[in-house]
Amino acid sequence: MSAILERTAAPDPQVKKNYLNADHTLASWLLTTDHKRIAVLYLIGVTVMFFLGSLAAAFVRFELTSPRGQILTHETYNKMFTAHGVIMIFFFLIPAVPAVLGNFLIPMMIGARDLAFPRLNLASWYVWTISAVIVLTGLIMGGVDTGWTFYTPLSSLYSNTQVSLVLVGLFLSGFSSIMTGVNFIATIHKMRAPGMTWFKLPLYVWSHYATSVIIILGTPVVAITLFLVVLERTFRIGIFSPELGGDPVLFQHLFWFYSHPAVYIMVLPAMGVISEVITCFSRRQIFGYRFVAMSSMAIAAIGFLVWGHHMYVSSQSVLQGLIFSLLSFLVAVPSAIKVFNWSLTMWRGSVQFSTPMIYALAFIGLFVIGGLTGLYLAAIDTDVHLTGTYFIVAHFHYVMVGGAILAFLGGIHFWWPKMFGKMYNEFWGRLSAMVIFLGFNFTFFPQFILGYLGMPRRYHVYYFAPEWQFYHVASSLGSTILGIGFLMPAFYLTASLLRKDNVAPANPWGAKGLEWENASSPPVTLNFESQPIVTENPYNYDPIEDTNKVRREAGLPEIPREDPDKEVHH
Amino acid sequence: MATHAHTADPDAPAVYEQFEDIDQQQETYILGMWSFLVTEIMFFGALFLIYSIYRWQYQGDFYIFHKELDYVLGGINTTVLLASSFSVALAVHYAQLKKKRQQLLALGFTLLCAFGFLIIKAIEYGKKFEHSKFPNDTFVWDAAKYGGDPEHARLFFSLYFSMTGLHGLHVLIGILVIGYLMYLIAKDHPVITDYVPTELVGLYWHFVDLVWIFLYPLFYLIPK
Repeated sequence: MSAILERTAAPDPQVKKNYLNADHTLASWLLTTDHKRIAVLYLIGVTVMFFLGSLAAAFVRFELTSPRGQILTHETYNKMFTAHGVIMIFFFLIPAVPAVLGNFLIPMMIGARDLAFPRLNLASWYVWTISAVIVLTGLIMGGVDTGWTFYTPLSSLYSNTQVSLVLVGLFLSGFSSIMTGVNFIATIHKMRAPGMTWFKLPLYVWSHYATSVIIILGTPVVAITLFLVVLERTFRIGIFSPELGGDPVLFQHLFWFYSHPAVYIMVLPAMGVISEVITCFSRRQIFGYRFVAMSSMAIAAIGFLVWGHHMYVSSQSVLQGLIFSLLSFLVAVPSAIKVFNWSLTMWRGSVQFSTPMIYALAFIGLFVIGGLTGLYLAAIDTDVHLTGTYFIVAHFHYVMVGGAILAFLGGIHFWWPKMFGKMYNEFWGRLSAMVIFLGFNFTFFPQFILGYLGMPRRYHVYYFAPEWQFYHVASSLGSTILGIGFLMPAFYLTASLLRKDNVAPANPWGAKGLEWENASSPPVTLNFESQPIVTENPYNYDPIEDTNKVRREAGLPEIPREDPDKEVHH
Repeated sequence: MATHAHTADPDAPAVYEQFEDIDQQQETYILGMWSFLVTEIMFFGALFLIYSIYRWQYQGDFYIFHKELDYVLGGINTTVLLASSFSVALAVHYAQLKKKRQQLLALGFTLLCAFGFLIIKAIEYGKKFEHSKFPNDTFVWDAAKYGGDPEHARLFFSLYFSMTGLHGLHVLIGILVIGYLMYLIAKDHPVITDYVPTELVGLYWHFVDLVWIFLYPLFYLIPK
C-alpha cells in the first residue's frame, strides 16, 4: 500500500499561490473572510484554551494525590475545577471541531467557494475571542467557585466570586456559536455544488448539519438563562432564587435543556470525523450510509428530550424521571447504529493503522465505554447511587476526551496535509496517539472505581476514606502520561510546518471527497481552480483499483475484475 | 469584501464571490435570516416558558399584580407596532416595484412608530420606577393594601422588566437597522439594488412585533 500512502511529493520548484501565502500581512489574517484562514485562527485560539484548561486539570489531579489535599485551599480548589470545566467546555469542546475543522471543511466538502456568510464567520471569531478574554479575566481576577453548571442560588445569591463577569463572557460566546450554526445551516442548504445532493453529502457534513440544528435551538435558551442569573445578581430580580420568589429547579431544567444537547454539539462532529477516517483507511464504502446520516439527525432530535436525566435527585417526580430515563435509553440507539456501522465498514477492508486511524479506533473503543456507562446513569436506580460521584466524572470524560478530543486530534492529523500542505512525522504521530490512549485510560478508568466506591466529585479531600488514595494516585500518574501525549502533537505538528522536505501532495491518503480530489494542498483562496461537479457517491473507494495501481507501478499484471457489470463493492 | 457583478449591466445586483448568481445569494440570505429568527424564538421562548410556569403557579396573584400595568398605554403601543408592521410590509412591496421614494417613506413611518413605541414604553417604565416596582433593593409591594404575596410580586415585575426590556432592546436594534437600511437606500448603495435587504429587515421587524403581540395580553390582559 506504499503507493497509496505516498508520504511526500517532490517539492514544487515554483511555490503555488494558496490561501496561506496569498498575503502575509497581519491585517490580511485579522480581517480575512476566508473560511480556511478563520479556521486557522480558531485552531490557534482553541489550542491556547486547551492548554490553559489542562493546566487547571493538572492542579486538580495534583491536589487529589493526598487524602488531605496537597497545596490548594477549599476555595482555590473549587475555582480550579470550575476554571477547568468552563474553559474546556465552552472554549475548547464546543468550538473545537465545528469552528476549526467544520469551518475549514464544510465549504470544501460540498464544493463551495466559501461559507454563505464569510463576514459573519469572522465576526464569530472576534466574539469568541472577546468572550474568551472576558472569561479568562474573570477567572484570573478572583475566579469562580460554582462549578461550570452555575447552579442557583449558589451562583445568584451566595457566591462572592466573579460569576457575573464570567457569565457575561459565556453569554457572548453563545452568540459566536449561534453565528457559526446559522452559517453552516445556510451553507449546507444553499451552497452545494452541482450534483451534490443531500444523500451524496459526506457524513461529516451531515453530522455538522445536525450539530447546527442543536446549536440554533439550544444555545439561545442557555444564553438567556445565564443572563437572567446575571440580572439576579445585579438587580436581585427573582427568577431562580427561592429567597426572591423564584425556583432553582427551573434553572436546572433550562440549563440542561441546552447543556445536555451540548454534549452532542461536542460529539456529533467528532463522529463525522470518524466516518471520514474509517472509510479512508479501510478503503471501503461506509456501511449503511443513510443510517449513519439519519442517526445524526436522530441524535439531534432525541438529544433534546433527555435533559431530565441530570435531575433524578433534584425533586423531579418519579413519572418525570421514568420518561426521561426511557428517552435517555432511546438516544443510545442511534449512537449504537454508528458504532456498528463503523465496525462493519472495517470488516474485510484493507485497514491501515496510520495516525488518524489509530485515533479513530481509540475513539470507537472509548466512546463505547463512555456510552455504555451512560446507560448506568440513564437508569434511575443506579443513577441515584452514582449521582455526583467520580463515576459521572469518568463517564463524561470517556465521551468528551476519549470521544471528542481524540476525534479532533484524529481529524487534525487527517486533514493536516490539506490545511498546511505539510506531512507530519508518522512515527511520532502513531506514538502520540498510543500514548494518549494509554494515558487516558490510566487516568479515567480508576475514576469509575472511585465513583462506584462513593468518592464524591468536587471534593478536594477524602481523609474519611484514605484507601482511595491508590486510585487517585493512579489517576494522577495517568494524567501525567496523558499530558505528555497531548504535548507531543504540539511539537511535531509545529515542526512539520518549519521543515521544507515534507511537502504534502494534494491527496496523500488516496482519500475520496472534493477537498482531496479537486483541490490542491493547501487549497487556493477560493478553494477550487474550477467549479467541481459531483457525479459519484461519497466513499466510492475501490480496493481493486488501489491494488492494481501498486501492481502497475511494479510492472505486475493487473487483477482482472470478475464481472465488469457487477458492482465490486458495497 | 470583494464584490463583483457577473454582468456588465450597472443596475445588476452585487453578487458576492461565494455565490454563483443572484438567485442563490437571495435564497441563502432569506434562509439565513429565518435560521436567525429561529434562534430568536428560542431566546424569547425560554422567557415565555418561565412566565407560563409562574403564571400557572400563581394565577391569582398575577391577576392582582397585572392591575399595576396600564393597559391603555400598552394597547396604544400594540396599535403603534401593528401599524409599523403594515408600513414595513409596504416598504418591501415598494422595494420590489423599485419605487425608492415610497419605500423610504414607508420605512420612515416604521422608524417613527418604533420611536413612538419606545417613548411610550419609557413613560410606563418611569411610572414603575416612581412606584418602586423595579425589582431591585428598592422594590416595595404593599401586600396589606393590594393583596398578593410580595415575593410573587417581585417575580412578576422581574418577568415584566426582563421580557419587555429584552423586547425593547430588539426595538432599539430595529431602529438602528432600519436607519442604516434607509441610509443605504438613499445613497443608492450597490447592495440595495434588489428588494432582499428590505425583506430581511422586514422579517426581523415582523418578529419584533410578533413578540409584543404575545407580551401584551400575557402581561396587561390577565383574566380574573
